[in-house]
Amino acid sequence: MRTDVTKINEKTPHEQLTEGLMMFAGGTSRYFNTGEWRTNTPVFHEEKCRQCLLCAPVCPDSSIPVKNGERLAFDMDHCKGCGICANVCPFGAIEMKEGVE
Amino acid sequence: MAIKERMSGNEAVAYAIRQINPDVMPAFPITPSTEIPQMVSTYIANGEIDTEFIPVESEHSAMSATIGAEAAGARSLTATSSAGLALMWEELLLAASNRMPLVLALVNRTLSGPININCDHSDGMGARDTGWIQIYAENNQEAYDNFIQAYPIAEQESVHLPVMVCQDGFITSHAVENIMLLEDSAVKDFVGEYCPEEYLLNPGKPVAVGPYSVSNYAMEAKKNQEIALENAKEVILEVAKRFKDISGREYGLFEEYKTKDADYIMLIMGSAAGTAKQAVDDLREKGWKVGVLKLRVFRPFPAEEIAEALKGCKAAAIMDRCESYNGNGGPLGSEVLAGLFRHKVMIETVNYIYGLAGRDFTVSDVCHIFSELDGMVTKGKKPRQYQYIRLREQEAADE
Repeated sequence: MRTDVTKINEKTPHEQLTEGLMMFAGGTSRYFNTGEWRTNTPVFHEEKCRQCLLCAPVCPDSSIPVKNGERLAFDMDHCKGCGICANVCPFGAIEMKEGVE
Repeated sequence: MAIKERMSGNEAVAYAIRQINPDVMPAFPITPSTEIPQMVSTYIANGEIDTEFIPVESEHSAMSATIGAEAAGARSLTATSSAGLALMWEELLLAASNRMPLVLALVNRTLSGPININCDHSDGMGARDTGWIQIYAENNQEAYDNFIQAYPIAEQESVHLPVMVCQDGFITSHAVENIMLLEDSAVKDFVGEYCPEEYLLNPGKPVAVGPYSVSNYAMEAKKNQEIALENAKEVILEVAKRFKDISGREYGLFEEYKTKDADYIMLIMGSAAGTAKQAVDDLREKGWKVGVLKLRVFRPFPAEEIAEALKGCKAAAIMDRCESYNGNGGPLGSEVLAGLFRHKVMIETVNYIYGLAGRDFTVSDVCHIFSELDGMVTKGKKPRQYQYIRLREQEAADE
């Protein structure tokens, strides 16, 4: 039953899908761009950021990438614009703006 | 060696559960199924089985926990009735769509309202489109036999669907009758060990069960589920054949009782089939050619097989122990008629609603129904196509 799910796509006939659409791989939600749902957008003011990294772990969509101990720009393909990061930031480095961009 | 005993239907199902020794049973009490988890927990307390019993806080949780345990890789089951099954509704669909081969012992009881604890099939029929296999029993023996056959059907690779093993509340669940039991070892061998190929607690082989699916995939998944239900028909027959080898008792999708030469056939499900058979015996002594088609497997619905079985008769009474509130008949009435039409079997039929909320249904009622069918065929009378049996009506009171 174990299938290479990377070979399944939107053209795969029903006979070749997995039973109950079981997924035999991790991280497939990466291919689902939940950023399309956003109605508010976080704006990152880099000059105010002290790299305390309180924002990254509270993001429900893992949309604040961290590299070498520093947060990078938002992953707008997956950010739903919930605003939790802006609320948790002690330095006002994240501002929520109405609208998609 | 078979063991001769006397038991109620609930005792018989609990006894089968003891013999199977499943891994996990989450359950919540509700009349008339309460005795099943009660007896199973006694078996556990006495150290006779090592099933993990989870006393959950509702039937919604019972079915959720059963699905969770099954997905984790444990052979799981639960038991319920009536409103309990209704509270499981959302999870029933999940059990089937996530392709979980779990088993539910359903003790049929009416749904409110008016609130009532007695037997009819409105709980099981309410779940008829949830994707479950549904098998109905006439008596305690069949409840026991059907339960033992449930896991081998559910766990078969081409099926992987949940099975509802149904018996009539109180009539079957609480009445004590003779029963032939199988030896523990025979049941164990028949049901076998549960070795799922994919499950959550499988180190090194991660799997996600029930993930979100976008529109481009969901319709295909539903079709695959429907195919699995169709596959179940053949598997149910194969398992029945294997069961006959160990028990001597024969099962099919339905039982045909004296139907071969019958002019009039009553199609009925559950305990009332016994009443109908008695009436058939009585009427045959008087020269009537009558028979009973007792439906055992309601899902998958054997439409083609029923059409084939009924095509030789002149008229059929289709008996529903459930009101469908569609203004046109009961669920069996609708589905049997659709099956007859699709297979171009143009016999006369009448759809009767009987026994709602525990209303009596007797041999004389069956005789009355057969004579109404006869009046329709031989005297050109036109009975109401959809009517209630034993309903108090103004007209009858005035006569």
